[in-house]
Amino acid sequence: MGYRVSRETLDLWLATHAADYEIWAPHRFVGEGCFSDTDSVRYARVTKLEEIELKERSHYSFKEALTPASQTLFYFTQEACTEPEPPVKGAILLLRSCDLHALRRLDDMYLHNGPADYYYARLRERVKVVLLGCAASCESGFCVSMGTNVSENYDMSLDPVAGDFLVDCKDADWAAFFAARGCGEEPVTPAHVEENAVKVTVPEKLSPAVAKASLWNQYDKRCINCGRCNFVCPTCTCFTMQDLYYDENARLGERRRVWASCMVDGFTDVAGGGSYRKKNGERMRFKVLHKMLDYKQRKGYQMCVGCGRCDDVCPEYISFSGCVNHLDEAMKEVQGK
Amino acid sequence: MIRNDYIPFPSKVLEVIRHTQIEYTFRMSFDGEVRPGQFFEVSIPKYGEAPISVSGIGPGFVDLTIRRVGKVTNEVFERYVGDSLLLRGPYGNGFDLNEYRGRELVVVAGGTGVSPVRGVIDHFGAHPEERKGMTIITGFKSVNDVLFKDDFKRWRQQMNVVLTLDAGEETPEHRIGLVTKFIPELELEDAASAVAIVVGPPAMMRFSVAALLERGFREENIWVSQERKMCCGLGKCGHCKIGDTYVCLDGPVFNYVKGKTLLD
Repeated sequence: MGYRVSRETLDLWLATHAADYEIWAPHRFVGEGCFSDTDSVRYARVTKLEEIELKERSHYSFKEALTPASQTLFYFTQEACTEPEPPVKGAILLLRSCDLHALRRLDDMYLHNGPADYYYARLRERVKVVLLGCAASCESGFCVSMGTNVSENYDMSLDPVAGDFLVDCKDADWAAFFAARGCGEEPVTPAHVEENAVKVTVPEKLSPAVAKASLWNQYDKRCINCGRCNFVCPTCTCFTMQDLYYDENARLGERRRVWASCMVDGFTDVAGGGSYRKKNGERMRFKVLHKMLDYKQRKGYQMCVGCGRCDDVCPEYISFSGCVNHLDEAMKEVQGK
Repeated sequence: MIRNDYIPFPSKVLEVIRHTQIEYTFRMSFDGEVRPGQFFEVSIPKYGEAPISVSGIGPGFVDLTIRRVGKVTNEVFERYVGDSLLLRGPYGNGFDLNEYRGRELVVVAGGTGVSPVRGVIDHFGAHPEERKGMTIITGFKSVNDVLFKDDFKRWRQQMNVVLTLDAGEETPEHRIGLVTKFIPELELEDAASAVAIVVGPPAMMRFSVAALLERGFREENIWVSQERKMCCGLGKCGHCKIGDTYVCLDGPVFNYVKGKTLLD
């Protein structure tokens, strides 16, 4: 059901639901960007409309709401392992279409790749999604190429229009909330992008043979393996276990999982000194082929959602989309054509 | 309710067998389904977790042969006496003995690579009626690095055993040279239908498989077991991923037809 909602009513909706949900939305952190006088847009818990960045696509993804950068799995006490209390509140995530598609990838990794993940699952079943419409394309995104520009699996959509908001409410309780406050009904289709400035083409016959192409060598020097591309990516899910102790003398501590990056040193290190993919070019190849080839071989659809965040964050101006657009050439090279 | 797979359970150290200065087998209490080639995450609070292959299976216990090479395993060696260790698992596919039943079997293993196949060797050693000829080629660095010395006494009665050392003096029990040296000499009824299992360091596996293929083995009759960094064992942490394959879920045991496609 579609409604035209005033700012005041939307603020009331936020305040009302903040009681039962952590509401995660893009938030502008003024002056916290990488360069002087720039801002950082990241996800944060909000309770008011004014806290939400409605224009710019966030520089970091929403994934920290579901898989925190550092998450306590359990506490070690003398002889026992104790789970932390489950989250008190559910979560409402305000996502653009690319990120809503990314949520499907997180679900597939955490719920369907091997046994379901206890910590992810217990929060996920209490998550609701608000789709933020995209009236215009962001600069670096290529959602249209990846088929992630349109989303329909939301509980509510949100588009700012001339001082008000248009919402398409699929959640019956939320629809009742707006109807009870006299919001006018009207047909609403969330805004979506139909063309991006950046386009990518993944070769139809892309195969693991492309690993032998010379394309990857350029990244040996260009890439500084900082891992930022992984940390901003809404579909990167890797983590490493970390044990933490409060006091050297007490046998008390906790085990956490922290975000890991396949670009950063140590990702593949095994005890005794063995490691794989020492060159940055090999790591770039591993990442690009995961996003554009082997995830699809396993799950049936591409992992990359085309948000373009990795292109924006790279300190070496390496373009992921640019690399993808060289895959066709690279395939021809390895096929000797 | 979904089970919390991350919380380890305490397992009592029942017995410790010292093979070398840095390699012990820990006999751990465990009741449950487990196959050779599977692994457990062994945990020491504060130091972390390490994936360790099952090197033996018996009523109420599993053997874990641990090499003292890292943060966690160092601590295991310091702390085990009269104690228990925290485990999660078993994880991975393990060896499917049915693949080898009724066939001529060759096992090529290097160093701690003997651990994951020890259960397979023991099974077909004790049940010669379940297979045709059997040869194991096992390599260690030196005489001081040989693992499972007592097992070798038994295995010598049950099958052809080549126990080789990288360097040192040849003795009635020890040959000298890398395992690959002894693959061309394998006496087989029919190489084309024989099956082989290869486990060890990456280079050893690569050259051993090449030598087996040269000897006439078919790719689909060779199995390898891979070792990678694994933080979860549950297909989540991503460290063991190779292409579209998760070593912890889909492996660590791979038929070579699949194994040869794995490019890190």
